[in-house]
Amino acid sequence: MTDAGLLLLTILLPLFAALLIALVGRRPNLRESVTLATAVLLFAVVVALSLRFRAGPIPAATLQEVMPGLVIALKIEPLGMMFALIASGLWIVNSIYSIGYMRANKEKNQTRFYICFAIAIMSALGVAFAANMFTLFVFYEILSVSTYPLVTHKETPEARASGRTYLGLLLGTSIGLMMIAIIWTWVATGTLDFTRGGILDGRVSATLAPLLLALYMFGIGKAALMPVHRWLPAAMVAPTPVSALLHAVAVVKAGVFTVMKVIVYIFGVDFLAKTGAATWLMWLAAFSLLAASLVALGKDNLKARLAYSTVSQLSYVTLGAALATSMGIIGGSMQIAMHAMGKITLFFCAGAIYTATHKTEISQMDGLGRAMPFTYGAFLIGALSIIGLPPMGGSWSKWYLIMGAADAGQLIVIGVLMLSSLLNVAYLLPIVGRGFFAGSDAAPAHGAVHAVGADVAAGSRLRAIKEAPLFCVLPPCLTAAGCIALFFHADSLFRLLEPMVRP
Amino acid sequence: MIAYHLPILQIVVPLIAAPLSAFCRRAGLAWYLAVAICAVSFAISIALLGRVMAEGPISYLLGSWAAPWGIEYRIDAFNAFVLMIISGIGVVVLPFARASVAAEIEPHNQALFYTAYLLCFTGLLGMVITGDAFNAFVFLEISSLSTYVLVALGANRNRRALTAAYSYLVMGTIGATFFVIGIGLIYMMTGTLNMADLAARLQGLEQNRTVLVAFAFIVTGIGLKLALFPMHLWLPNAYAFAPSAVTVFLAATATKAAVYLMLRFLFTIFGTDYHILGLTMTWLFTPLALAAMFAASTVAIFQVDIKRMLAYSSVAQIGYMVLGMSFASVSGLTATIIHLFNHALMKGALFMVLGAIVLRQGAATVTTIRGLGRKMPWTMAAFVAGGLSLIGVPLTVGFVSKWYLIVAALESGRWPLAVLVVLSSLLAVIYVWRVVEIAYLSEAPEDSTAREAPLSMLIPIWTLITANIYFGIDAGLTSRVAGAAARILLGVAQ
Repeated sequence: MTDAGLLLLTILLPLFAALLIALVGRRPNLRESVTLATAVLLFAVVVALSLRFRAGPIPAATLQEVMPGLVIALKIEPLGMMFALIASGLWIVNSIYSIGYMRANKEKNQTRFYICFAIAIMSALGVAFAANMFTLFVFYEILSVSTYPLVTHKETPEARASGRTYLGLLLGTSIGLMMIAIIWTWVATGTLDFTRGGILDGRVSATLAPLLLALYMFGIGKAALMPVHRWLPAAMVAPTPVSALLHAVAVVKAGVFTVMKVIVYIFGVDFLAKTGAATWLMWLAAFSLLAASLVALGKDNLKARLAYSTVSQLSYVTLGAALATSMGIIGGSMQIAMHAMGKITLFFCAGAIYTATHKTEISQMDGLGRAMPFTYGAFLIGALSIIGLPPMGGSWSKWYLIMGAADAGQLIVIGVLMLSSLLNVAYLLPIVGRGFFAGSDAAPAHGAVHAVGADVAAGSRLRAIKEAPLFCVLPPCLTAAGCIALFFHADSLFRLLEPMVRP
Repeated sequence: MIAYHLPILQIVVPLIAAPLSAFCRRAGLAWYLAVAICAVSFAISIALLGRVMAEGPISYLLGSWAAPWGIEYRIDAFNAFVLMIISGIGVVVLPFARASVAAEIEPHNQALFYTAYLLCFTGLLGMVITGDAFNAFVFLEISSLSTYVLVALGANRNRRALTAAYSYLVMGTIGATFFVIGIGLIYMMTGTLNMADLAARLQGLEQNRTVLVAFAFIVTGIGLKLALFPMHLWLPNAYAFAPSAVTVFLAATATKAAVYLMLRFLFTIFGTDYHILGLTMTWLFTPLALAAMFAASTVAIFQVDIKRMLAYSSVAQIGYMVLGMSFASVSGLTATIIHLFNHALMKGALFMVLGAIVLRQGAATVTTIRGLGRKMPWTMAAFVAGGLSLIGVPLTVGFVSKWYLIVAALESGRWPLAVLVVLSSLLAVIYVWRVVEIAYLSEAPEDSTAREAPLSMLIPIWTLITANIYFGIDAGLTSRVAGAAARILLGVAQ
């Protein structure tokens, strides 16, 4: 198959799967087989593309000229390749998890769920391979709209309110700010192609550049930079597989990925370094990073805590981009991959805990670790990766980010990064600690309502708790192993990303 | 031979068919006649557009009387495009209208409905095709009078249609009178009614008091017809109480023809040399357009009747068209002209969805649409798609319009206007999503008997939705035609 054909296939496969899922919706086993088969096939295609990409550059594939000069086109570059590998790879694991979770919790409207999921993955890949800002914007918006039914999946008043915040903020920022920024760029330069070294140098004055950057940065609501982060905690009302793949990987990463693309290929690192247009962004990201961690510390709801942790971790990427140094860009980009692997593990575990015990608050989870050792083991590994301790992948992104900060001469930023790691320890590790060490078998767990044996005597409740179904426990173990693997294979990731910043 | 006479056939065919359909006793027969006639009209308009784009403007002399004295039909890229919009919508509405008219209008009036429909259709096409100022007035009156009748036919469903039609009649007549006074004044000054001739003879009269007064009368008169804020008061009631099929047709075509006339008079006849034109644009049209965009969208958010909500949204959308006009630049006029087409597609589709809901539920209000996401999945999915287009999400026509409008604002250096355009489209997010939420996230009442709309409605609805998406993904054709039309209006070389 030709390169262009393969590239198109990454979009068409999930789209086709969505249609097929709609057709076979009445037969759950067949429906889930379609999802799984597509996920595997898609990953195979992306891997094949990455092998070809390593051999040499792959030409762009143009799909459609929408307006004169504005084309929807796909092209591979290092960052997009990495993002596509993560999104499609984790889709397989997440599909397995979805099957376990959705069936164990007897969720309604599962067909709609899988259709929207496939469309969301399609748009994530579209974002990853977009050859120009216009294409990226198109897929970005499809991603926003297609995930709305997933967020409001439960159809409760709470889901409805969250859906409003979700769509309101994401559409509001993208149409209200990013679209203007894109058209401004178009009017000023006459192109929207992602170009190495950027396209703005000499076209937009140094005084206006920070303003344009602000339009982009706040316009990319998916990057959850404070103060446009509210949609992310709101989205936690969705079923956990959605939180895991979309609101820890595909959607939020599409956001910070776009931030990275805009800074590297639209503004250009040199242009930013020369004009200092991104200095404010660096400070805002640093603030967002610490503030979100502090908020996370105060959350008792496990998914809410993880959501704020995501807001904080996303700011690492924005910070790396705003440093406008090679190492900052590499560190920020690596953070996309490392955090994806770590955070999806944590969400998988949160969902597994919910499936097994129907508990959502951390204060109710005392002693659960002894009953669910695999889940909690995976959680620990994921948490360590988020914190950035070796031998977990997360340590490398922090490493490069600190190097980037040192290159930029920003000592305070180094301090912020270290402080943040401490905060991560403070809000993540107690969850594991409580799970393994707090409470005793005799003490009844607070307000426990669990799936099996509601009439079991209070004292033996904990003993009645078992690990969640295999389909819910296997995925976090896989991704936890992935966190460790990333530590030892960070080198290949570095080599993939390095051409991005090569002068 | 036929090819040569296409311009006049465009008008004569529906004009003759209108009285014929009055002789039809049965609505069914009248309907078949209307479908056949509109289809022929649509074919003619496509042929004309093709010829104009390939060979340049066509001049057709009625009865071969030479131009300044006889009536001339003059077709360039601009009016050929508008002709295609009007006749295309005319065709798509009819299959939808059949079930809708049968349910909403008394049986003995149904055949007459098609007569009025064809007359209105003729009037709108005539306004657009003619190259003669007075002839444009005549056709304007034909379309207006038949529109009053069409709106009043809604009385069977809701008696308030009568007052709506009456106030439209009063306002519309004032508008038409102003318009004809304006034409009279310029005729007095120049002694001609031919548009091209007028354009030539009005040069050099930029400071003439009479011409300036004529300008004011014409702008006000057409402004009333196109529902330029704050002269839009007739529109929400007329749209809300008219029979559903009429609302669809009017929303998609009537104001478009008025916008056409405004552009033609301002840019072709008076021309950009007129100092007063620039002043009108900057100090009148820009603020009024902005007021329409914000005031009407805000009012739309609070409507209980969804038809009224979309009617206010139309006032806001007209604001976009007037804003594009007010830049008086190629990109601005391109935005206006392309939005004529795009808005016809989205509002046509959305009002059809409401028509389908009215058919099944008796009314389209915030209470009758509860839970329809499940009961009428195809209809409501069309509403979501049309709504996204109205908001201006990429891959829909709404996005293309917004893109051109913002480019025009940024090119003219008036970037705050670009910000205001996107802000007002966020208001559209609110009123569209309010409906989506009620339809999908509220439970239908226990005793609900709602069921999916008939295929005769779903097919036209989805035809328009498909067009919304198709021309949103491939806007090459529409932007080329709109660009050509804008350059003709401004007299800029291709």
